[in-house]
Amino acid sequence: MDLSLEDRTEGDRTVVVVGGEIDVYTAPKLREKLIDLVSAGNYHLVVDMEAVEFLDSTGLGVLVGGLKRVRAHEGSLRLVCTQERILKIFRITGLTKVFPIHASVDEAVAASD
Amino acid sequence: MATVELQLSPQPHHVRTARLVGVAAARRAGLPDELVDELRWALGEACSRAVALHAAHAPDVPVRVLVREDSTGLTVEVIDQGPQGPPSGDGDLEALFEGDEVDPRVSLAVLGGLVDDIDITATAGGTTVRLRWPLPPRSV
Repeated sequence: MDLSLEDRTEGDRTVVVVGGEIDVYTAPKLREKLIDLVSAGNYHLVVDMEAVEFLDSTGLGVLVGGLKRVRAHEGSLRLVCTQERILKIFRITGLTKVFPIHASVDEAVAASD
Repeated sequence: MATVELQLSPQPHHVRTARLVGVAAARRAGLPDELVDELRWALGEACSRAVALHAAHAPDVPVRVLVREDSTGLTVEVIDQGPQGPPSGDGDLEALFEGDEVDPRVSLAVLGGLVDDIDITATAGGTTVRLRWPLPPRSV
């Protein structure tokens, strides 16, 4: 399955719903999406990863790049993920300490920075 | 003994092909579904790393992928000719994400966390990542 990307606004947050496979081939599309959103002034992002079926370290790099971009504007990037294999990858790489990870979009949107 | 061998020119879309072939070979070998999924993630990670290294440093050289089945298990080897870089172990993985580039060591850390039976070997020209899973006994 290819990568699917949709975004919507919830209050002052922008929710990006990612589905499919984030790998060395599709990661540039996610990077472009995050760059476009930040360029348009969306500095508080929630990336919903519940429909992600594959994630490699290239995808991790894009998420870290997105975090750095929003931080440059005093923004935030929160992840929504309950899939054990993806959580394991975040734990292995120490990125659980870098990204706030939430169990639902509602929880991430309600979280204060 | 059954072996599937792939040679991937270092283009990102071929990583997906390698994942699909690996999954098909693993299913055919009788690997349980949970481990087939583990193989898909690990093979994908190993190929992403190798393809990115070749694209940057050896664009004319293919990445080799072997999936080998024998009486005791299933072995996947991803063989690259990329630079090996400094050894891992500085412990600060966040520092390995610079700009939009990911240090190849992140990939090796992910692989080490995903798969129990893994060997990462420096070769004359690059690195071989060997991943191994036991196969359940077959009823004949």
